[in-house]
Amino acid sequence: MLSIKNLQAQVEDKQILKGLNLTVKPGEVHAIMGPNGSGKSSLASVLAGRDAYEVTGGEVEFYGKDLLELSPEDRAREGVFLAFQYPVEIPGVSNINFLKTAMNEIRAYKGLEPLDAKSFLKLSKEKQQLVEFDAKLVNRCLNEGFSGGEKKRNEIFQLAMLEPRLAILDETDSGLDIDALRIVANGVNALRSKDNAFIVITHYQRLLDYIVPDFVHVLFDGKIIKSGTKELALELEEKGYDWLKESVHAPTV
Amino acid sequence: MTPQVTLPIYDELLKDFAKLELKPEHESIRSKRKKALELFKLTGFPTRKHEDWKYTAVTPYLQSDFRTNGSVPVAPVAVDYLKLAAIPGLDCYRVVLVNGALQSVDDALPTNVKVRSMAEAQEDAGLLKYFGSVSVLDKAPFAALNTALFANGFFLEIDAQANLEKPIHLVQVLNSDAQAFVQPRNLVVVHTGAKATVIESVVSTPGTKVFANSLTEVVLKENAHLQHYLLQMAEKDTQLIQQNDVSQLQHSVYSNYTFSLPGSSLIRNNLNVALDAQQTETHLYGLYLGRGNQLIDNHSLVDHKMPHCNSNEMYKGVLMDQSTGVFNGKVFVQQDAQKTNAFQQNNNLLLSDEATINSKPQLEIFADDVKCSHGSTVGQLSRESMFYLQSRGISEQSARAMLVNAFAFDVTEKIAIPQLEKFINQKITANIPALN
Repeated sequence: MLSIKNLQAQVEDKQILKGLNLTVKPGEVHAIMGPNGSGKSSLASVLAGRDAYEVTGGEVEFYGKDLLELSPEDRAREGVFLAFQYPVEIPGVSNINFLKTAMNEIRAYKGLEPLDAKSFLKLSKEKQQLVEFDAKLVNRCLNEGFSGGEKKRNEIFQLAMLEPRLAILDETDSGLDIDALRIVANGVNALRSKDNAFIVITHYQRLLDYIVPDFVHVLFDGKIIKSGTKELALELEEKGYDWLKESVHAPTV
Repeated sequence: MTPQVTLPIYDELLKDFAKLELKPEHESIRSKRKKALELFKLTGFPTRKHEDWKYTAVTPYLQSDFRTNGSVPVAPVAVDYLKLAAIPGLDCYRVVLVNGALQSVDDALPTNVKVRSMAEAQEDAGLLKYFGSVSVLDKAPFAALNTALFANGFFLEIDAQANLEKPIHLVQVLNSDAQAFVQPRNLVVVHTGAKATVIESVVSTPGTKVFANSLTEVVLKENAHLQHYLLQMAEKDTQLIQQNDVSQLQHSVYSNYTFSLPGSSLIRNNLNVALDAQQTETHLYGLYLGRGNQLIDNHSLVDHKMPHCNSNEMYKGVLMDQSTGVFNGKVFVQQDAQKTNAFQQNNNLLLSDEATINSKPQLEIFADDVKCSHGSTVGQLSRESMFYLQSRGISEQSARAMLVNAFAFDVTEKIAIPQLEKFINQKITANIPALN
């Protein structure tokens, strides 16, 4: 579904991604790990279309379409979802109206009729239960006054509602206590299917105990320098990143 | 000395005054007119050299020949035009005025509410008691001019203890194909313990060219409650100088909501609230949306004269295209006004590189046991919020509309009439400029 080839991107003239390759197929979960500043969140931002990032080379194909040519909203409508590391608080916008607008714009893009109020409410209730999201939060203003954990759970609730084909979780585990982490992970696991895929960006192996990945990639200095299965995450937990960095810095012929 | 003497309208108005003197009128009104004219002549039309008009030039709008007083049309307008002011789903008592002249009053209006024209009520003891009792005309040239020369207007009186179930919707239609200068003069008296909601909508018929200088005095007696909504929705060839002077007596609650929507090329609101007794409560909410070359200027004054009064003011502005906004909010806390709570906030959103806002909060405090605050901000739409909404599939246009509605929410959520809140929110959404 997703094919990233030699992706290069910069922000304010600083090169962040330096030739990144990644292929994701439906049903797969890919974990991306790596030290601070390696470009993990930048990758998420570039894929979602944040305008501070300038793509300077390479290509990203999503179901045959050039993802980089699409506006952020069209990427979402094509089925790309970014769970934010720092979800934005928007006072004055109700959570539920926001979701309804989002869902109906996505439906309109696909040529579908807007969901009527009753069906929307029913769906919302089902998904709230599925991802253990507090009904009281649904009717509040978007993330306003939510705790860190509540914000992350709201991201997963939105993910459940919008049913993207590709979900990118950008350090969703950061700032979560163990209970919240488990709830978030359970939500993601409940949403996994053979038709969708996840890119899970994280610093810690801990999250991967709950969301078991099919592949683990190590991102360093804007490139994926090692890929493996879930055992790689355990190895990283044990040995850190330094042994991999050395292999990168070793002179190549 | 006064350059506006060269304005043809200045001479025209002085001639009108001479004609007015030939008509019979109650002596007390006549003497107020005379004094007011003398005050107006001291300054003439204000220019930008007057501190209160520093950012707002009116004389460019006063250059042409105007129909004034007697030559202003006051005939009824087609019913279709009244739909311009309709608020869908709102059940209300409707009163229609054309160029300030009373045209029709809802038959269903309860007997404890009286709406009469100023002319009809000119011998009324209530009118004579309160007319001119609230407005301060010194250094207020437009108010002075209005007092000197008003030809039409309404006198709305709500009896003591009346509790109106439905809002009174005053539909002010401006209508003149030839350039006209109209001066409606109104008086609202809410008697002891009465509760009422008044919505005043200013609209104009297509092609209308009117400069309106209107003045409304509002008196709230002891324990009176008035929700006062003002919706400015006239078309671009209109200019509105709209002054509301309010006097509050003990335990009264006055809430003013001023919505200035795209249209009129010039809007200047002067809202002056005098807290003339203890334990009053005042809420001033404003929302202005500037489009095109519009200039929307809100000047307000809350005068805390007595102890134990609370006032709260919140104005939000959204300036688009080449529009300009002005906010000048004065709060005076006089020496006797101990235990005052006075808050003021003005927030502005600039949606265009060419839009301007001049914001000036002004607190003058002469008492020492008070809580007061004020704040003023100018900002743009948050890019991060825009991206967040777009990343969920929401178009840039919808995302902007959502964020502007959200920005206005602090004001719109205070609207106590759900149909009106919806109406205003729709107006906001409809006025977000389309993207290229």
